[in-house]
Amino acid sequence: MTRRTVSRLRSWLPSGRTLVIAAPFLFLLIFFMVPFAAVVKISFADPQMSIPPYTPIVELKDDSLRISATLAHYRTVLTDALYVDSYLYSLEVAALTTLICLLIGYPACYLIARSDPSRRNLLLMAVMLPFWTSYLIRVYAWIGLLKNQGLINKFLLWTHVTGEPIKLYHNNWGLLIGMVYNYLPYLMLPLYAHLVKMDLTLLEAARNLGARPWQAFFTITLPMSARAIVASSLLVFIPAVGEYVIPEILGGSNSLMIGRVMWDVFSVNNDWPSASAATCALVLLLLLPMALFQRVQRREMTSGL
Amino acid sequence: MTFDAARPQKSPSADLQPDFVQIIDVTKKFGGATAVDHVSLSIRRKELFALLGSSGCGKSTLLRLMAGLEAPDSGRIVVDGQDITQLPPYQRPVNMMFQSYALFPHMTVEDNAAYGLRREGVGKAEIRERVAAALDLVQMARYARRKPHQLSGGQQQRVALARSLVKRPKLLLLDEPMSALDKKIRQQTQFELGNILYEVGVTCVLVTHDQEEAMTMADRLAVMNDGSILQIGTPGEVYESPTCRFAAEFIGSTNLFRGVLAADESRLFNCADLEVPLQVHNPMNARGRMEAQISLRPERITLSFEPAGQEFNWAVGKVDQYAYMGSYTLYYIRLASGRLMAVDMSRMAVRAMQRAPDYGDTVYLSWGSDTLVVLGS
Repeated sequence: MTRRTVSRLRSWLPSGRTLVIAAPFLFLLIFFMVPFAAVVKISFADPQMSIPPYTPIVELKDDSLRISATLAHYRTVLTDALYVDSYLYSLEVAALTTLICLLIGYPACYLIARSDPSRRNLLLMAVMLPFWTSYLIRVYAWIGLLKNQGLINKFLLWTHVTGEPIKLYHNNWGLLIGMVYNYLPYLMLPLYAHLVKMDLTLLEAARNLGARPWQAFFTITLPMSARAIVASSLLVFIPAVGEYVIPEILGGSNSLMIGRVMWDVFSVNNDWPSASAATCALVLLLLLPMALFQRVQRREMTSGL
Repeated sequence: MTFDAARPQKSPSADLQPDFVQIIDVTKKFGGATAVDHVSLSIRRKELFALLGSSGCGKSTLLRLMAGLEAPDSGRIVVDGQDITQLPPYQRPVNMMFQSYALFPHMTVEDNAAYGLRREGVGKAEIRERVAAALDLVQMARYARRKPHQLSGGQQQRVALARSLVKRPKLLLLDEPMSALDKKIRQQTQFELGNILYEVGVTCVLVTHDQEEAMTMADRLAVMNDGSILQIGTPGEVYESPTCRFAAEFIGSTNLFRGVLAADESRLFNCADLEVPLQVHNPMNARGRMEAQISLRPERITLSFEPAGQEFNWAVGKVDQYAYMGSYTLYYIRLASGRLMAVDMSRMAVRAMQRAPDYGDTVYLSWGSDTLVVLGS
């Protein structure tokens, strides 16, 4: 082969850079996009008692090709009170979780970022410590803390803060405590990464120009971290909407978040098409904040902040 | 100094308060290290005063003490009769231009400039007026709506200047104002900045490690080392008559001689490096025989192929190295003692010789007694 044909061949082959970038995309294509396409397909089918438990979309029967797709499940999902309430409740719980995470996480991140550099890593490690244990085990461990004879109530009774146990388990309190506990690190890590990078001479400049410390915080630190706040909030909000385990284990019977509803419809009712339609609707619902997240990230990259 | 021609020297006339800014016996320690060591300093009104020294000499700490970003361990700082030592930075009539400029990246040029006035609670109309005037002054009015990252380094510097001037501070602090700029635009900027400050008539303290910058911009300067001020004077005074070895070496380059100054009328100085003694013009306050150091600037030495015919203040050696620097040529002459002497010869001076000295040529060095500066030990 001449050198020219080699170089021509090489120009047809993808470069190493392309391959490295392609690898995760290929993974997502095979293990996310293809199954998701199946889910989309099922959402247009009808349930039936068979294996698999739904009607085929495309069918060859009696020499005729039949394509049958129904939008009925979408109509159900969008109009049935069970689904609509679940969606709204999920959004509400996710929003509340995000807000509480922010109220706890922002001051904590701020203080860690401003603390002695030698202590920062230790404090940050404490934030990440929960990741060392299985998620499921940690959620179950909360039962031991929250139930009527749990550690928290025992302590409250012992100190006579309360005369009878406060119900924290199997209701909205338990749900919210579990959600905040679980999602807090996801909010704190990116927020901390932003706050620790902040140029502190900007605050000195603000003070030099007449800003009291609290004014410097509200005019410099807070606006400069606005994008990090949005980004890390979405990082909590998006997965929190679809959360299944925490409402199932810690929430009450009325804590009907959409993840739980989907599971019930799928496994108890054996109604795959309805569960699929609910899933697709949820994805569409979450695409909006995700698109927002992408935009924020892109702006952050181009503005060099 | 070229700058004196561009702008009249702000001579210490009677209307300028000599003690407008007073730093009284200020000390600041960080852990065990003393950054500022019992420094006292008086700065005149409308003066541009430079703190000159290498990094770690305490000049920046002194500046931060004036701004209130650090608290002194002892001593007082007085501005225009008001003791500001205990005041927090946001209550001081002192504004600072930071080395990195520290412009707020999420605000426009306009909002950056207005920041200080907004904190003061100045009315909207007045803010608009004063911000516009300040941006006009630094010729940045066109860029009022830009964000800092859309500006060049020089433009950012001017915005930072406008931001610190707009509050009409009694004292303006400049922390290494040129260090973030390219060398090429630095000198031009030094003149521009100097002119703006002169126009505004603000009392100004400038911190720099660049002697050229200090000499270009400052009316007076203080040479600092190890947290102490070694010498205060006009750039000319410090250059022409340094009082210590550090000042002589830090500002410009010099030939230093260590030796013994005679006590008698001869004013002779014997140095092991030189075969012929030096005769000084003004032996300062020499009492009796004393160990001393003498500074001789390279540009004060004349080279010739013939002996100069004077009894003292000459030497003979061979050309060891030379470098053509454009406006002058730097020669290194090795004396019989092995000592290297630096000599700057202007083009005119070289042309006055029959030919330019080359490697290995034997040349005679001579200088006037008034060019010798006796340094304190």
